[in-house]
Amino acid sequence: MTRPSGLIILRGRAVVPGVVAAEALVSHETISGWGGIDPAKGVIIEPRHELFGQCFTGRILVFPGAKGSSGWSGFFQSTRLLGTAPAGMIFSRVSTKSALGAVVTRVPALTDLDQDPCAVISTGDWVRIDADHGLAEVNPASLQ
Amino acid sequence: MRLTEEEKGMLGGAEGPAVAAAMDLLVRYGTALDCEQLCDVRNVAGTMTQPSPVKARLVAEGGWDKAFAVINLDSDEDLEIPPMRVATCQLQHGFGADAAGTVPYPAQLIELQGDAEAFYGRHGVQILATCTPYQVGNLPVRGEHCAWMESSAVIYANSVLGARTNCEGTASAGAASLTGKVPCWGNHLDHNRYGTHLIDVGTRVDDVTEWGMLGYFAGSLAGEERPVITGDIGRPDLVGLKHIGAAAATSGGVELYHIPGITPEAPTLEAAFGPAGVPGAVRYGPDQRSAVYADLNSCGTSADVDFVLLGCPHASVDQIGQAARALDGRCLSPGTELWLMVPRALKVVADRSGYTEIIERAGGKVLADSCPAMSRVAPTGTRVFATDSAKQAHYLPAILGIEAWFGTLDECVDAAVTGRWHGFLRDHSLLRDHR
Repeated sequence: MTRPSGLIILRGRAVVPGVVAAEALVSHETISGWGGIDPAKGVIIEPRHELFGQCFTGRILVFPGAKGSSGWSGFFQSTRLLGTAPAGMIFSRVSTKSALGAVVTRVPALTDLDQDPCAVISTGDWVRIDADHGLAEVNPASLQ
Repeated sequence: MRLTEEEKGMLGGAEGPAVAAAMDLLVRYGTALDCEQLCDVRNVAGTMTQPSPVKARLVAEGGWDKAFAVINLDSDEDLEIPPMRVATCQLQHGFGADAAGTVPYPAQLIELQGDAEAFYGRHGVQILATCTPYQVGNLPVRGEHCAWMESSAVIYANSVLGARTNCEGTASAGAASLTGKVPCWGNHLDHNRYGTHLIDVGTRVDDVTEWGMLGYFAGSLAGEERPVITGDIGRPDLVGLKHIGAAAATSGGVELYHIPGITPEAPTLEAAFGPAGVPGAVRYGPDQRSAVYADLNSCGTSADVDFVLLGCPHASVDQIGQAARALDGRCLSPGTELWLMVPRALKVVADRSGYTEIIERAGGKVLADSCPAMSRVAPTGTRVFATDSAKQAHYLPAILGIEAWFGTLDECVDAAVTGRWHGFLRDHSLLRDHR
């Protein structure tokens, strides 16, 4: 739903509890961990990916789901250990990769939302995740 | 989550702080999955010994106990790691000491991994060191609940063996090894094991390259769901099923497929789909085959091949023998290397069978434990490689920044001998495809 202020509220389920606010980086394609990101730099490295070369460090990573190798969670855990982790995660499809990946990255994370987050949220929007209450507040960049 | 009394005890520290940390991770993970309970597992395939810069730092700070706590249990506590509670094996990892001087791999990583093997071996980890544990003695039985990593092994265990495992990660496999528990979610549950997509094959699929291409198509179609494959397919052997699975887990996230009449949970087409019924079929014919072939070869521009990679997933004894026959009496081009990746246990068989000697006489290398993607190495100066593995053709360009050619074993061996790629898609399907 859209409030008069332009703020968009998404309701979902906590994957990892916590509250965080940051700029969104939105992928419309699923993301690989192993062979998909460079944990030392916090960058997407898959050549054919729409976010190739983009850095997710300190941003809310919004994506449809995880794909590829079982190294997914380990690679995202490494981003935490190397200081390049995203600030939060919002994803549409739960799998063992995305769920465990969010858990070991230890950032607030949401899924099972009432709207498609990859359609509603745009890169550059300011997003506040309140996973404790299953909420994401989106302040569109176009209105900032 | 609902925990049993035993599980509550573990979480509360009744079996020591490391088991409590493992149970804490499983509860956080199970909650993230919205899963109600855990299930018992007695077969874990994970990764502990693979060297990495982060691991080297943790070992320097607090030894292997620290590395396991942080990476395999996601715990910040100082823990002493007890023996593995259930059978646990190490999957593929870096290269071993016998590869020193043969592949350009750092000596300090070989040393770090050697230390890790000693530590984890003492703690009960079986150092199988392969992405195909099912080829070397870890063969779960039908219905057995497992906690495996490695997407190509997970899809083999679920689909070909009828075992039940999700695609676990480093931390969940680590936690499972100390508790014998894993979230009872996804592939562990009956209703999640029925097919979702029907593929009707209208172009003959009967060799490794063709199985790989069909798998790549199936993964693109089904994503993380469950394709069922019927039509003009030959009777697959272990190798064909190894390659269709690895490819489907690469282009998509497939963890379970069925081939009616072949794989154990699909005695019939109807059984493969269960109560939901059989959906309309998607065709895999000559056009789809050509598109997959073009996709897998879209990274190749230069026909000068520096490097030929065989054995992904790790080669079977049959595949090692085929490579030896293809290379017998020939000699590699001076500018080209050929690596054949194998499980160490099967390297012993290859050595005894005379295959290794034939391959090495031609200038090729038979290498155990690892692969270029895991160890992030290729022959020095490699710009273009060729492979018979759809998985490596997909991943290596991203991981090593090199160009890829995908084709048959014979085309790959030809490229190794001539230094040039001459591969093309054989139009064997025309005569058969009249449906």
